[in-house]
Parts: sequence; C-alpha cells; structure tokens
Amino acid sequence: MVLPARRQNRKESRPAMSEIEKTIPIEVLRYRPEQDTEPVLQTFQVPFTDDMSVLQGLQYIKDYLDGSLSFRWSCRMAICGSCGMMVNGIPSLSCKTFLSDYYPAGLRIEALAHFPIERDLVIVMDDFIEKLESIKPYIIPKTPRALSEGEYLQTPAERDVYEQFSSCINCMLCYAACPQYGLNSKFVGPGIMALLHRYNMDSRDGGAEQRMELVHSEDGVFNCTAVGYCSEVCPKHVDPGNAVNINKTESAKDYFLRFVMPKGSNSGAAK
Amino acid sequence: MEVFEADIAVVGAGGAGLRAAIAAAETDPALKIALISKVYPMRSHTVAAEGGSAGVVQAHDSLDHHFNDTVGGGDWLCEQDVVEYFVAQCTEEMVQLEHWGCPWSRKPDGHINVRAFGGMKIERTWFAADKTGFHMLHTLFQTSIKYPSIQRFDEFFCVDLVVEDGRVQGVVVIETATGQFTLIKAKSVIIATGGAGRVFRENTNGGIVTGDGMAMAYRHGVPLRDMEFVQYHPTCMPGTGLLFTEACRGEGGLLLNKDGYRYLQDYGLGPAEDKPRNKAMELGPRDRLSQAFWYEQQKGRTIEGPHGSVVHLDLRHLGEAYLRERLPQIYELAEEFLGVDPAKTPIPVRPAVHYTMGGILVDGNCAAPLAGLYAAGECSSVGIHGANRLGSNSLAELCVFGKVAGIEAAKYAKSVAPGNTASLLKQAADAQKQAEQLVIRSDGTERIATLRKEMAQTMEDGCGIYRLGDSMQATCNKIDELKQRFKNVNVEDKSSVWNTDWLLAIELGYQLDVAQAMAYSAINRKESRGAHQRLDGFEARDDINFLKHSQAHYAGDGMPRIDYGEVKITKSQPGTRAYGAAGEKAEQERKQASHV
Repeated sequence: MVLPARRQNRKESRPAMSEIEKTIPIEVLRYRPEQDTEPVLQTFQVPFTDDMSVLQGLQYIKDYLDGSLSFRWSCRMAICGSCGMMVNGIPSLSCKTFLSDYYPAGLRIEALAHFPIERDLVIVMDDFIEKLESIKPYIIPKTPRALSEGEYLQTPAERDVYEQFSSCINCMLCYAACPQYGLNSKFVGPGIMALLHRYNMDSRDGGAEQRMELVHSEDGVFNCTAVGYCSEVCPKHVDPGNAVNINKTESAKDYFLRFVMPKGSNSGAAK
Repeated sequence: MEVFEADIAVVGAGGAGLRAAIAAAETDPALKIALISKVYPMRSHTVAAEGGSAGVVQAHDSLDHHFNDTVGGGDWLCEQDVVEYFVAQCTEEMVQLEHWGCPWSRKPDGHINVRAFGGMKIERTWFAADKTGFHMLHTLFQTSIKYPSIQRFDEFFCVDLVVEDGRVQGVVVIETATGQFTLIKAKSVIIATGGAGRVFRENTNGGIVTGDGMAMAYRHGVPLRDMEFVQYHPTCMPGTGLLFTEACRGEGGLLLNKDGYRYLQDYGLGPAEDKPRNKAMELGPRDRLSQAFWYEQQKGRTIEGPHGSVVHLDLRHLGEAYLRERLPQIYELAEEFLGVDPAKTPIPVRPAVHYTMGGILVDGNCAAPLAGLYAAGECSSVGIHGANRLGSNSLAELCVFGKVAGIEAAKYAKSVAPGNTASLLKQAADAQKQAEQLVIRSDGTERIATLRKEMAQTMEDGCGIYRLGDSMQATCNKIDELKQRFKNVNVEDKSSVWNTDWLLAIELGYQLDVAQAMAYSAINRKESRGAHQRLDGFEARDDINFLKHSQAHYAGDGMPRIDYGEVKITKSQPGTRAYGAAGEKAEQERKQASHV
C-alpha cells in the first residue's frame, strides 16, 4: 500500500498570520523507511507564540505544513511519557520544552538517541519494554494478605523510600542520555534499574532476591560508569542514577557476603 | 490477513482495560486474552488523572453517604441499583490496588489517607499525591505482566468489530508499525477505550481520547446513552486546557474573581467560610462550579487573559512545603507551563471539557445489547454518573466495572463456540478495504486538521456550559456538514509504516459520529439537568418528561435517532439538588420526610 506522496495547497486553512508575529525554524530529522535510504533533515518555518511547546510546533507542522510527519504524543502535560525526543541534542519531553527558548536561532529535533528509528521521530521501544517485563515489576508479597484484611500498613517514611523511583513515566530520556546504553544495549539501563529498585525497596515486597540476579549479571549495574547524565535529563526527578549506584553498593555487599565472608579471611581488605 | 485466535479481546489498555484483562485472567487462566491498545498501555489517558479515587473508609462515613452523594451529584439520572453495587465495591478495589503496589499516600500510622473532593459529604478520596491515575495505571500495567494468558497488542489500532450471527466475534486491527491488518477472533469483546473529550476545542484530554470504541459499538447498532452530558472541569489551564486537579480545592484552594472575591457564594454554594466545608463553595460539584464561572464571565467579573477569561485558583495560603507534598505535579505544571509559583501567585484557570458521562449502553454486568460485547470505564454508560460525575468516582469506576466486565466476558466466552474463521475473514477484509480506501484515494480535498478544528469549535459553541436551541441546531447542522465533507478527506501520507495521518483520519471519523450523537442528544433534551443546562425556556429540571436516559442510535448518513430509556430508582426519589447551606437544609428536610 505504498503510494507516492502527493502535495496539495496547504495555505487555505492556516490561522491568520496577523495573529501570530514570530516564526521559528524547526529542523526535523525525517526518516521514512519506504522512501528514504537514510535519515534526512528537513526545515519548517513555524509561526509561534511564546507559550507554545515544541510539541505544539510539531503539531502545527503536521496540521498545516506536512501531514506525513510522524511522532508520538498524547497527554501534553509530561505524565504519559510518549513525546521524548532530542531537542538540540538533549533528550527532552517535547511537551514541556518551549519554542521561545530557541528563538530566533531555531532548533533541531531528532528521534531519541540510542534507539533504532522506526520512522521520523518514532523509535523502536521493544528493548525497553522487554527489559521492563523481565524484572518482575510487581509486588511479590513478603507476607500474603487477603483483601478482607485491608491494606498493608506502610508509614509515610516507608513510602518515601521508594516513592521517587515509582515516579518514572517510562519516557526513556535516560536511555538516550546514557553513554553505556549507547555502547551496549544489553545494559539494563537507568529507568528499569529505578523500577527494579522501586519494588525492592517497597516494604510490602519480598522479591528482591529474585530481582537481584539481574543486578549482579553482566548486563546489570556494573555497566554504569556513573556519568549521571540520566538523572540530569529525567523530567520527573526520579534520579535513576542514584538507583543504579545504590544497587552497585548492594550488589557489592551481596557479593562480598556470599563469596568473601564464608572464607572467613581478608574481610578487612574489601572496602 | 493474519488471524489471531483469542477467547476474549479487550480493546483499550488504560485502567479499565487492564483491570478487565486481569480479572478475566484470574477467572480462568486457560482463557487467551488479547489486550489491544493504540498506544503502549502506560500512555493511556488514565495516566493523567490526578486527584484520587473514591472508597468509603472512615468510621463516620457510610456506603449510603457515598450513594447519596453520587445519585444527587448525578441529578438523579443514575441507575441506582448499579450505584449501590458500585459504592459497595470501591473500597475493596482500592485495597486490591494497594496489595498490587499502588503507592497510596499514607497517614502517620501507616493506613492509607483520604482527602476531600467536590460533592462528597465525607472525605473518601484515596490519593497518591496528585498523580493518582498515573500510579494506578502503572500499577495495573506492571501487575498485568504477571499473567501469561494476557497477550498484548501494543500500538495496534482497532478499526472495527466483527459481528456475525447476532454476536460480536472479534475485532480488526492495524499494526501501526507496519500498516498490516489482523483479525483478532474472540468469543467476547470488552471495549475500554476511554472518553471522547477531544471532540471539543478546549479540553483536558490527551490526543488519543477520540471516542474510538464508542463509535465502533454505535456503528454496530449499540445505543450511546446520555451523550449530551459532557463535563466541564472548572479549573483548567487557559489555552491548553490542561488540568489543575480538584484536589487543589480538596486541600483548601480557593476560587477568586477579578476582585479577589470568592464568587461561588453568589451561586447557592455558600456561605463562604475560612475552613473548607464539604459539599460547599470550592467543594461543590464540577457542573455547578463551571456554571458559576460562566455567569461571572457574563457579569464582567473575570480576568481577561491571552487565552480568554480566567478566574484565580489561590493556593498561596497552603504554603510551599504542603503544596510540594500534596500537589507536586500541580506545582510543576504551574511553574513550567505558566511561569507561576503557586505558593506566591494565584493560578489563572478556566473551565474545559474533561469527561463524557455518557457512553456505550451497558447493564450492571457491563453487557451491551449486542451479545458478547462488554464495555467499562469512560467509554461506557453503566449508569453511575447520571447527568454529572463526581470527582474521584471515575477511577473507582474503572476498577469496579473493569473487573465486572472481565469476569462477565470470561463467562460468556466459555459459553459459546468459536466462530467460522472464513466468514469472519470476509468481513474483516471489508473493514480493511474501507480503511485503506482513505489512503488509496487521490482526489481528497478536505484537510484533516481543518475538519477537526471546525468540529471542535462547533461543539464548544453549541454544546458548552450553557446551551441554546438555536446554537445546538447550528452545531447539529455543522456536524452533519462535516460528516459529508469527511467523505472527501485527504490523507496526505500514503505510506504503511507509522502512518499517523491515516490513523488521525480514522479517528476523525469516530469523533464525528460521537459528536453527532452528543449534539442530537443535547438538542432533544428540553430541560436542564446536571451538565446539560439550557437558557432558552428549559431552565428547570423536568422529571415528568426527562427523568429518562437518552439513547442515540446510529443512522449512517442521516441524523441519529434519539429515544429514551427508563431510569432505575430504588431508594432515592428525585429531590432538590442543592449544595452549601441550602444543601444541608434540603438534606434535613429529606431526612424528616423519610421519618414521617
């Protein structure tokens, strides 16, 4: 069902230009696998107002300049996690990045780094989803409880221990920021480590041991070189870098206890 | 065409779809469940719900209170037997989510905490800061991974139901990544595709909220019930319509006009007191608050902004520390999108479309009149919201009735034999041909965005907070015209891989059908009730003629046929719907009357 693209007169239905004073050049990395052999940049002149997000700029392009531009988006308020992309080389949610910050020079938008491009700004996220599914991201009850017994008790302090790590919106900006994931996509990566840590730290959960197997593995935490860029780009303050580093310590302790302690010697040397 | 054999197909993987899939999987692990969503499940719009989810927990609260709040809040257009079941199940569902890991906010003793919400007599809204929907959705999605019988079809777009021998027997889907079609055979189908708020111009909804499931069921003869009742949420961001949760007011936020005056006291919601009082002032129901805004605007007492008139949502007195704890997302939205520090400056807000009370007609078992078809969540009309939904009842609804739909669909699936693949494929091929025609044609002249914008504008003009016969008629005419012009729509993108231009066109077709059902249902309701308020001689509620559910029946190119169904009244006879001091007086009178 591949037919040649057809252009049409797009001017008739645009908003009146008099209402809009400024335009900004938006350079978009296009890749249409059925017609492009490799990604190519295309520039659009987009009229904008100061409160317009980069996402709204892309929507303008799609609505009035080129209906064939593809990108993911939905909630517009930084909670659904769909609209991650590179804005001038920085992993960003396009819904809460604003065009006026790039005026008048303009901006370049590309698909999230380190993921295969499916089309235009849409990346293939199978790898992320498979990793998410692999870490048992659900409560494995420490003490099973019937619904009739009501809720588990959990103090605000106990909740605070994991709450931050439960705030990940799966936007994958941290993967686009992670140089190690860029080099080796087998690395479990920051966002999923944060999710794993979230369940391990939950007072209701007793599944940490099962999940720690992955942490110790060669694709686990020790791939991380502590660059910390993942936490910098996180739009929800999850601080996945911290989750990775806590687990390095945990993993090291675990290793130490399992393999060094039983031998009963040299314990002072392992620091 | 590829064929996937399932027992149950669930269309939509937001809160209701995920809850349904889990319930079906737990009912019988041998059943094969296809969970189909046009986005990855955690992108579903449940994610944007903020304030909380209802469930009676406090000793001085009762199921009767929750029932009365819900039925009165819905202006008595509720199915009371269904509401009774609903309020009885909410708390267990909230506990179930807790056991599955939902990070509910807690009291110092470790029990879950509850907050006040609009129209609710006692605090019973469970919350996870101001990201309740986000946490519920991620909890349900991650929990669903435990069940091997749930096979997800992420980023598969549903174009039609397949109906044969008088029962639904599957769905036809497009894989977004390839443009390939698949027939998913199923013995029962659960629609859980959410609302249709995007048919209006200024709305709180995500781009995906386009009424797909409503339109698909409707086109197969299933009535859409109570579609004229569309909720305007009173506190939204000007321009984008993004939501500032009702929890802002539940936590003590105030609404001020341009004079800094708490104007709600002028609209039967007072008296204004320093401390928040449940079911009064800022804790009144959404329809009444949006209507009060409209009057303030008429009186010139709102503030003019670049995106229309606004009033102020004042949170300053709550202090930064408390706001960061209870309303962290609201804090950031105000800072990042408006440049406003809510601890220092009031937030400019105006009403925007938020929720569709009506939807696919189903009974208390979530069963539609079409055999094998079930619906749950915002896309459905199971009958609990009536003419106006109370905040925090919809998140509870998608759990309670998601579960019911899953169990009932599982039961039904086990009772029937699989359909004939060859004849189902023939139907699926027709659906494919029709969908592909949008792309193959080269003579289209109508721009998708233009049609969509005209639709959204006319819905706002004719079916807004207050309605007039003439303007509703103009909207009906306009939607009829847009449906004709849609036949001439131009899909610019002719490719197969991630052709969102194409999917937008299909969604627009869904939206136009849903919008038409809303507009015709509205013009035919010659009274005022809940979110449907008229100013053209039908200002009063008319229980004699309109204590009835509207039912819109699809009629292809013609205007929908509207008829009416009975409302189930069990223990609450329609009474005066009042809030504030007047509400307390009315409640006293009801109590005395019932003791006579």
